[in-house]
Amino acid sequence: MTATDASAFSTVTPIGAAVRRKEDHRFLTGKGRYTDDFSRPGQTFAYFLRSPHAHAAIRSIDVSAARAMPGVVDILTGADLAEDKIGDLICGWMIHSKDGSPMKMGSHPALAKGKVRYVGDHVAVVIAESLHQAKDAAAAIAVDYEELPVAAGLATAQEAGAPQLHDIAPRNTAFEWELGDRAATEAAFAKAVRVVSLDLVNNRLAPNAMEPRAAIGEYDAGDEAYTLWTTTQNPHVARLVLSAFVGIAPEHKLRVIAPDVGGGFGSKIFLYAEETVCAWASKRVGRPVKWTAERSESFLSDAHGRDHLTHAELALDAGGRILGFRVHTRANMGAYLSTFASSIPTYLYGTLLSGQYDMPAIYCEVDAVYTNTAPVDAYRGAGRPEATFLVERIMEKAARELGEDPAEFRRKNFITKFPHQTPVILNYDTGDYAASLDKAMQMADIAGFPARKAEAARRGRLRGIGYSAYIEACGLAPSSAVGSLGAGVGLWESAEVRVNPTGNVEVLTGSHSHGQGHETTFAQLVSARLGIPIDQVTIVHGDTDKVQFGMGTYGSRSGAVGMSAIVKALDKVEAKARKIAAYLLEASEGDIEFKDGKFTVAGTDRAVPFAEVALGAYTAHKFPTSEIEPGLKEGAFYDPINFTFPAGCHICEVEVDPETGVTDIVKFTAVDDFGVVINPMIVEGQVHGGIAQGIGQALLEGVTYDSDGQLVTGSYMDYTMPRADDVPRFDVGLTETRCTTNPLGIKGCGEAGAIAAPAAVINAMTDALGTEDVPMPATPATVWRICEAQAAARRAAE
Amino acid sequence: MTNLATPASPPKSETVHVSLTVNGKPVTVEVDPRTLLVQLLRDHLLLTGTHVGCDTSQCGACVVLMDGDAVKSCTVLAAQADGASVTTIEGLAAGGTLHPMQEAFRENHGLQCGFCTPGMIMTAVDLVAHHGPGLTEQQIREGLDGNLCRCTGYHNIVKSIAAGAQAMAGGSGSGAKVAAE
Ligand code: FES
Ligand code: FES
Repeated sequence: MTATDASAFSTVTPIGAAVRRKEDHRFLTGKGRYTDDFSRPGQTFAYFLRSPHAHAAIRSIDVSAARAMPGVVDILTGADLAEDKIGDLICGWMIHSKDGSPMKMGSHPALAKGKVRYVGDHVAVVIAESLHQAKDAAAAIAVDYEELPVAAGLATAQEAGAPQLHDIAPRNTAFEWELGDRAATEAAFAKAVRVVSLDLVNNRLAPNAMEPRAAIGEYDAGDEAYTLWTTTQNPHVARLVLSAFVGIAPEHKLRVIAPDVGGGFGSKIFLYAEETVCAWASKRVGRPVKWTAERSESFLSDAHGRDHLTHAELALDAGGRILGFRVHTRANMGAYLSTFASSIPTYLYGTLLSGQYDMPAIYCEVDAVYTNTAPVDAYRGAGRPEATFLVERIMEKAARELGEDPAEFRRKNFITKFPHQTPVILNYDTGDYAASLDKAMQMADIAGFPARKAEAARRGRLRGIGYSAYIEACGLAPSSAVGSLGAGVGLWESAEVRVNPTGNVEVLTGSHSHGQGHETTFAQLVSARLGIPIDQVTIVHGDTDKVQFGMGTYGSRSGAVGMSAIVKALDKVEAKARKIAAYLLEASEGDIEFKDGKFTVAGTDRAVPFAEVALGAYTAHKFPTSEIEPGLKEGAFYDPINFTFPAGCHICEVEVDPETGVTDIVKFTAVDDFGVVINPMIVEGQVHGGIAQGIGQALLEGVTYDSDGQLVTGSYMDYTMPRADDVPRFDVGLTETRCTTNPLGIKGCGEAGAIAAPAAVINAMTDALGTEDVPMPATPATVWRICEAQAAARRAAE
Repeated sequence: MTNLATPASPPKSETVHVSLTVNGKPVTVEVDPRTLLVQLLRDHLLLTGTHVGCDTSQCGACVVLMDGDAVKSCTVLAAQADGASVTTIEGLAAGGTLHPMQEAFRENHGLQCGFCTPGMIMTAVDLVAHHGPGLTEQQIREGLDGNLCRCTGYHNIVKSIAAGAQAMAGGSGSGAKVAAE
């Protein structure tokens, strides 16, 4: 896509322009400020002693030898947490089981109290003058463990006799949830002419933001107040949880700062043990406490993503139209319920099972299961990739069983009338699924595929093509809706627009940027609206002392919700500025027009620029301050009235070498409908990154534990991250239907690639290999085994 | 494999004396012999543009130029850099003007969160030094074998490096044929 080069920051930037990013200069010159880049005077270094066992009782912890080691400032354990009455980490979304009982939340202390439940669980923290000294001392702590039997596998953890993680949760089951109309779905299956069934594993992933998590806690004894610098996507939520539940400090005595954050992908939404301990310990030791994860610690204890086992059935009528869909999923929660873990396999998953299709009846059951593994929570897409993978795999399989063209089978079942109420809560406001399918098919040159396949076959290669017509629910989320579903928070967003007397503008937002480019897109919006150059606009985020409150960035919500809040605040700014301009121009307010940064008396050439009105607002000489308050600063809270529904079609073409099992993605096409796009350059970048993560899930990545609960994939030597040579260039296109429920018409773009890509890749692989049974990650070894088995079968048949 | 145990310490109170040139300035520091070059840069010289993204020498967030070659500064002991000339991301721009490779990353949206970016750019400068301005998409992708990015999907990084290579050779930088859309 080519777009206007609006790279000069001294210009007004229209919506839809590919404005180059304002934040880039500091990142390109090494001036980014990530948490680990900060050093506080007198700081100490924390090192966590972690459990080497997946499941063990702690008989005793002897820190006496360690305490005597050089440089040791303090060593703290769960007993110290208890002494200070520090509360457990919590899960903030209440899910009820189908029998009406509340989910069973096992106790989750920041430092173990009597028991460890996964390899990497936090046993003690050593605080020392240097990191080397802290590590040395940690090695001298003597922990007497009584090893317990391990429930490492999702498939077996609910069985009678499986080792129990939490007394409160029999059969290791946190909840057994259902969604949809069971009776209606049974009736649909009773009428079905054909039932297509599928068993799937959605592989477990490690999010792997390139910046490891980090924290610095600092206590100011004079103010009796804490400051916590930490790698979070939502500093206000972290502060709320630390105050209201963990009990570190009252909210007004705790400042949380999330400076530049090097990627999140969900994994930095949650409140973890380490930052909790850094904040708490800073008062105990009377000095700042700093911790930065080593990558091996990230693998051990950053929340993982996905990890589902699913059986699904699709009921079809004689014409190949969908009658009903039923799904049973077991979702791994790991050893504890992380901050939003319970919402992921439920309301962010079950509600998306209708996909882009008109499904009259859906019934979904989800069991949430504890295992002796790291907690599992949101990872880019969070529930929606799992839903899309399931829907798009079973649609592909159904088309093949019916002998129908996969594109036409989908098209026949598309929802075409909007608004559309699905049987699983959501009401899609708008979309045009045929438009994105058609455009993707054209860009992917579907017509030429048979010839390419034949040519590849002549070279002994297997070509396949796979579709993924995904939908997601973004713009999280209408507060009353999520409240009724169990959320412990509202999901609105806040904004404050501060116009300075000289006419430049600061926008305080509750969203947080960790790569998304808010400093540019948000400023672009303000520039376009107020008609002032983009370099006159600064976006402030990530500090609870500056921004009053906000819900942070995840679920592709910053555009649809965060920018809508800015629009609302800008509406108020403009309304007040109009009043002031009327006085400055000695005209009636009704005659004032605002355009291109100027207030004009309609039908005349009498005008004042925005900056002059700003100054007038602060000098307050020309208007009655009994009627209009001086100053120009407005805030807004925006609560969405519906989710937004980005959707599109991704098509993947692969070529497999059956001799080596190596898969080459020869072409990847993505066509997305994100509604109105503010900055197409940034949107394309989001799509690229998401696709690479989706390809990673499909072909390379997978967290593995052995039967003892030891993490087998604990470093980049064992966990395969996509590298530049593993992914192709991407062909990206857009279609547009405006979102009807927010002022800008934005749907959101942050997760689409990760949601759509796995199904596109695996549908291409199953097409190439001629079997439905291709597990993720489809590594060369896996693919080679499939090809070998097929060759052996062929030989046997001869 | 999980890294839970920590090796026993070497004898304490020993330090080594390291003299090197960093971004054109001579520096001398006393460090613990275990100190890595990246720790010297970040913790002693407060040059925090060089990042640490892993503990197994595989992400490339820490890449700097040492005597003109790209090295992973997490895998070089500070003591090994004695006498060397090191360039970090902070030393790449000449005065207020971005290096052509930095400019190319900005122009082609080759960065999102920015964490991998310093290592990517230092690696890119090294790639151009070895392959010349006409390096192909395949050479770029293979040349990034030691650098991980989780944000961009590499598409725009590859495009940036191709454009930056041309710009370094005095071309316009915008005529890159690689990954052009
Ligand atoms: S920090 Fe990862 S390679 Fe150096
Ligand atoms: S830009 Fe975030 S890791 Fe590369």
